[in-house]
Amino acid sequence: MTIAFYTLAAFILALGVLVVSTKNTVHAVLFLVANFLCVAMLYVLLQAEFLAVIQVLVYAGGIVVLYLFVVMLVNLKRGPETHVDPRRRDRMGLLIGGAVLAEFVAILLYGFAPRATGAAPAAAAPGVGNVEQVGWSLYVDYLVPFEVASILLLVAMIGAIVLAKKEP
Amino acid sequence: MIETLVVPLVKIAVLLVGILTAVAYLVLLERKVQAWVQVRLGPMRVGPHGLLQPVADVIKLIIKEDITPARADRWVYTLAPIIVLVPALVVFAVIPFGPETNVFGIRMPLHVADINVGLLYIVSIASLGIYGTILGGWASNSKYPLLASLRASAQLVSYEVAVTMTLVSMILMAGSLSMVEIVESQQARGLWFVFAQPLAFFIYFVGGLAETNRAPFDLPEAEQELTGGFHTEYSGIRFALFFLAEYANMIVIAAVATTLFFGGWLRPFPSVAALGLLDIVPGWIWFLLKTFVLLYVFLWVRATLPRYRYDQLMRLGWKVLIPLAIANVIVTAIAVVVL
Amino acid sequence: MTDPHPVTATRTPVQFDTDELVINMGPQHPSTHGVLRLILRLDGERVVDADVVIGYLHRGIEKLSENRDWTQIVLLTDRMDYVAAATNNLGYCETVEKLMGLEVPRRAQYIRTVLAELQRLASHLVWLGTHAMDIGAVTVFLYCLRERELVLDLFEEYCGARLTYNSMRVGGLPADLPVGWDRKVREFCDIVDQKIVDYEQLLTQNRIWLERTRDIGVISGADAIAMGFCGPPLRASGVMRDVRKDEPYAAYEEFAFDIPVGAAGDTYDRYLVRLEEFKQSTRIIRQALDGMPEGPVMGKVPRLIKPPAGETYHAIESPKGEIGFFIASDGKSLSPYRFRVRPPSFCNLQVLPKLVRGHLVADVVALIGTIDIVLGEVDR
Repeated sequence: MTIAFYTLAAFILALGVLVVSTKNTVHAVLFLVANFLCVAMLYVLLQAEFLAVIQVLVYAGGIVVLYLFVVMLVNLKRGPETHVDPRRRDRMGLLIGGAVLAEFVAILLYGFAPRATGAAPAAAAPGVGNVEQVGWSLYVDYLVPFEVASILLLVAMIGAIVLAKKEP
Repeated sequence: MIETLVVPLVKIAVLLVGILTAVAYLVLLERKVQAWVQVRLGPMRVGPHGLLQPVADVIKLIIKEDITPARADRWVYTLAPIIVLVPALVVFAVIPFGPETNVFGIRMPLHVADINVGLLYIVSIASLGIYGTILGGWASNSKYPLLASLRASAQLVSYEVAVTMTLVSMILMAGSLSMVEIVESQQARGLWFVFAQPLAFFIYFVGGLAETNRAPFDLPEAEQELTGGFHTEYSGIRFALFFLAEYANMIVIAAVATTLFFGGWLRPFPSVAALGLLDIVPGWIWFLLKTFVLLYVFLWVRATLPRYRYDQLMRLGWKVLIPLAIANVIVTAIAVVVL
Repeated sequence: MTDPHPVTATRTPVQFDTDELVINMGPQHPSTHGVLRLILRLDGERVVDADVVIGYLHRGIEKLSENRDWTQIVLLTDRMDYVAAATNNLGYCETVEKLMGLEVPRRAQYIRTVLAELQRLASHLVWLGTHAMDIGAVTVFLYCLRERELVLDLFEEYCGARLTYNSMRVGGLPADLPVGWDRKVREFCDIVDQKIVDYEQLLTQNRIWLERTRDIGVISGADAIAMGFCGPPLRASGVMRDVRKDEPYAAYEEFAFDIPVGAAGDTYDRYLVRLEEFKQSTRIIRQALDGMPEGPVMGKVPRLIKPPAGETYHAIESPKGEIGFFIASDGKSLSPYRFRVRPPSFCNLQVLPKLVRGHLVADVVALIGTIDIVLGEVDR
């Protein structure tokens, strides 16, 4: 189990690096898909089959296809923008990188800190599959946030359509 | 040890061999059915009535020169047929071909795996096949395949929505995502779901035709327009993989339809005791028989109808099938709650 | 060899700054009906413009004819519209007869009419089959070819050839009808009348067929005339023009038949017009067989055909449209001084770019099919 986990983790990290380092954008998208599939396998290892399947269905099978569409259709061989002060980008990168690093450190510290309450995640009740669990938490425990999120996405979608549509 | 390791492996092997043979003979069947519809004989030369034609075809495809276009993206070009084929074969894992049976004293369910999210597993894995289609067209670095692969991906993405929606209403009916439990639920009610959900079946079937790029929705490979489709540049064994995947997908669509709508391995009229005589026929034969009939309809439709145009196809998908499917889900949900 | 038609893309200011996609369709393409080459400029799947490139089947038939004697040219006309060789023969022979002032026996006129109408059926069958196949209805193609085979059998029995018939001579016909031939023709007419019902069941009310053909490639009557459209496509635009009625030749004057005319001028109307022509053709054939006069099939023709000096133009209605022959003779040599064909396929083809503009790629093949071209005739 542990071996499988670390192998997968290594794969995920390596693919993640490849996504940002490869020059061909289509290849990058492919690595991203592979990355998502590995994450799905990770979910299977954690016995969250539902989550794994949804991960494949929504991310690998749905969203990245749209990425691929965009990448294929839009000509990305544009030269670097010269009018921007190169220093500025460095500063921005430093800032964002710093922020992310701080976040990681915080997570690590939090993760290694001794738990006061020690409340382990509730073990699945026997006989209840993880579909039911996800259902309960989405539609009973967190119904309002869930609906708010969906409306937010709907608004974003309508906004995108309005923006993309040409003037009649 | 035998139960956990050997049996699944044997099952996988049997299934793989079975599917590949079935695909080869499905191609022959298609040529024969089309020929009969079109007052021809079809393949007649290899073996009696052309029965060995698939063997000849396979040998031909394997020994043909494997061409990679000069400016193709070599890696992606090689990867694409594999990406198409693997999901098409992997989804068979959760399809229950029959009830639990005893084989040489070992209790053996006639499916490789019964996972509790079976139906979703099929949908999600099947959705991966689209990458092969898109990438195959893109990597060929040729205009016709690119155009075809764009068509293919747009088509798949939009029809997947409608198909998945019909699956949702089936899940509501059965109250489970497991393929085995869906069949058992039909057994418990004594009713094939196609009679309870004719609209869902219709949408599923039309969507299935579109998802497998079959006529009248075979736009991605409309040879009259695009000279072959996304696999125009492919030859030899790689082309064969695309071909294999297409027919394997057809079988998947038919097998899933059988499971969801036609009671899987159940005999006709499972609730009528007077027909108990039919139980002599084992379940897996019923299953194969129903799948075969559905596949025949696929071929029949192809021989009969002209082809849709791209925009008409999109209109049909988004403006007719998806609203209908959503309405069907809502009605089903209300019915399930009320009844 | 440098390409006289370089494929170049032009950039047009579109919102997302997408390039136009230029694709080359043909000369090797399954549905350009031979060796037609189209250069399509696409915006997505929509055709912005189309260039038609022809000449891949040019054999110089017109020039060649100026070096052949008058009888040999019949053979060359076979090779223009090879789907309808008999009508080409007829047009050429009648032109020479007009030039020489020859009288053709009445029986020969009747037989010529039968042959021409059989040829129309054969040609329309090929058209219907290929057109339907371009739109994806493969079965119709095989059904049509099955019936066309019967026409070919009839021609084979009459003149021994199945494609390039060489079935007419200046002044008459090479042979009288074989015994029992007219009965077989009648049987064939009955078969065709039945089978048309089959085709109509497969297509005419088929929703997909309607969606694929209605309002596709609409052209108004005035535009059609201005562009030199002829034959069934012209009549589908509502213009009543048929050489068989307007300037009767052979024995058409003596038969009752209707000229179907469309209204909308779209692909569906062109389909309906041709389907109706099937029925009219069998009607003409039956009348001709009923009233078949006795007598010789060859008029009084000098052994050496040598028309007097002069020139003439004569047109007939081929299945594709108005095929006209302009022939000038210097009165001295044994070959025409100038030989020129007005080919209906060529004239109809020039409308194609206008028809496809604004339609989708899938419609392009439907439109190539609907104007019913034969490249052998376009390029000659």
